[in-house]
Amino acid sequence: MSGIITRRNFLRGTALAGSSLVLAGCDQFDFLGSRDNQVRQVMERANVLTYTVQRALIGDQTLAREYAASEIRQGQRPNGSTDPTTPEYLALKGQDFAGYRLRITGMVEQPLEFTLNELRNMPSRSQITRHDCVEGWSCIAKWTGTQLGPLLDMARVKSGARYCVYHCFDNIQRTLTGDILYYESSDLVDAYHPQTLLSYGLNDQVLPVSNGAPVRLRIERALGYKQPKYLHTIELVDDLSPFGKGKGGYWPDLGYDWYGGI
Amino acid sequence: MSQATPAVPAEKGPLIYRQSIWTRVTHWIWAICLFFLLLTGLQIFNAHPALYIGQQSGFEFDNAVLEIGAFNTPDGPVGRTTILGKQFDTTGVLGMSGSAERPSFVAFPAAVTIPSFRDLGTGRVIHFFFAWLFVATMFVWLLASFINGHIRRDILVRPVDIRGVPRDVVDHATFKFKHGRTYGPLQRLAYFGVFFILFPLIVLTGLTMSPGMDAAWPWLLDLFGGRQTARTIHFGVMLLLVTFFIIHIVMVVAAGPINELRSMITGWYRASPGTATSEGDKP
Repeated sequence: MSGIITRRNFLRGTALAGSSLVLAGCDQFDFLGSRDNQVRQVMERANVLTYTVQRALIGDQTLAREYAASEIRQGQRPNGSTDPTTPEYLALKGQDFAGYRLRITGMVEQPLEFTLNELRNMPSRSQITRHDCVEGWSCIAKWTGTQLGPLLDMARVKSGARYCVYHCFDNIQRTLTGDILYYESSDLVDAYHPQTLLSYGLNDQVLPVSNGAPVRLRIERALGYKQPKYLHTIELVDDLSPFGKGKGGYWPDLGYDWYGGI
Repeated sequence: MSQATPAVPAEKGPLIYRQSIWTRVTHWIWAICLFFLLLTGLQIFNAHPALYIGQQSGFEFDNAVLEIGAFNTPDGPVGRTTILGKQFDTTGVLGMSGSAERPSFVAFPAAVTIPSFRDLGTGRVIHFFFAWLFVATMFVWLLASFINGHIRRDILVRPVDIRGVPRDVVDHATFKFKHGRTYGPLQRLAYFGVFFILFPLIVLTGLTMSPGMDAAWPWLLDLFGGRQTARTIHFGVMLLLVTFFIIHIVMVVAAGPINELRSMITGWYRASPGTATSEGDKP
């Protein structure tokens, strides 16, 4: 029963109930930060649900919004690696990427490689799109490049292939046991999407080093970490477990969701 | 009849079955969901502690409405919060917290984020898990409450409820609570606002932050005026839900926490004396 409310009881009860929120938030749930915690692994199933539902809901060819040129109000904000220091990359950068080759390998009938000039001479597409970082910010810029889909068709992807793994030059993390190189992966829906570009131009200029020169992949319906910079090899595979820690990308290996469309 | 007897003890009202199993179960699932969604949401916010209006975030122009950060001053670092261009020193709470020896330079302090340390990836895993659970529970509640009449009986705001608001405000301000069979005017306004305005808003603005959903439903971007505006609204609705939570708890305590808690656990609720009894009541 409610009984008589005194001011003191009222204040005490309110303070008690209110502070329980703050107290409970401290660090009791930090165990969820460890990758092999079973509760976390159950929760990660929600990411699979998101991926499945979004793939069913979003048409495979449905485009991300493209903006008017007037929406380009600032330079593209660089994030992650902005100046790779691997010897291989430094050598290529020193000769303005003349020796650069983009390779398509793995489960293809015809492995291919392209120079930067060959990519630039292919049919190009420009799109003014919004780059959404997983951190929460967005930036609108114009990206120019050639579509990945037709190149995959040239290489004739084998029927068992399910993913593209994108290998990059940049040492995103330097450890005592050596550099960790950035890599990412996507399903073939994203790889063949009409806005998925091997981009070499940004805001009508040559793609700068801070934004991924010479070639950065654009996957416009996903977050920024799914759009690898300093790309050199696209490997068609049917299994992501042999790469990195097996989660399909540098950030997924660190506990971020692989799909990255949300 | 007016005899000079001392005040008679108030007669007990009937014990009524007020909250259905659907209302009770969805209530507690939501409570758990919102707890985790709030604390992981603050973790996610900390990854980029600024809010903007428009499609993008201004790095070379200024469209920020809120920024939380740490800054160096001649007297040492301070936590600073900027709201619509006005700066506030929030050292100790926002932007800079923790002990003097080991200050932590995060927007929201460790005490209100899950995990307590910086871990955006884990924050997102937990946030999306409970977001799915929250939305699923919304649909269960909507369907059940439509069928069992909870929405019509307690939530919908009728003209008579609007007329009853001034009286209800006075009653609440003087701690005179009427425990009836259905919700009162202020309760209806509060719950209607939460269920049919704030809940849909926070889900839709959350979806607007998904680049995948923006491709599927581009109208989301137009409805909210851009992804960054949607993110700002998402944060604002969070503040309103926290406000609702505080008032909710204050009201439960004021109106009789045992009776209120019992009704949300067993469904049975002691009505005010004088409430007409009906079939199914207990004495």
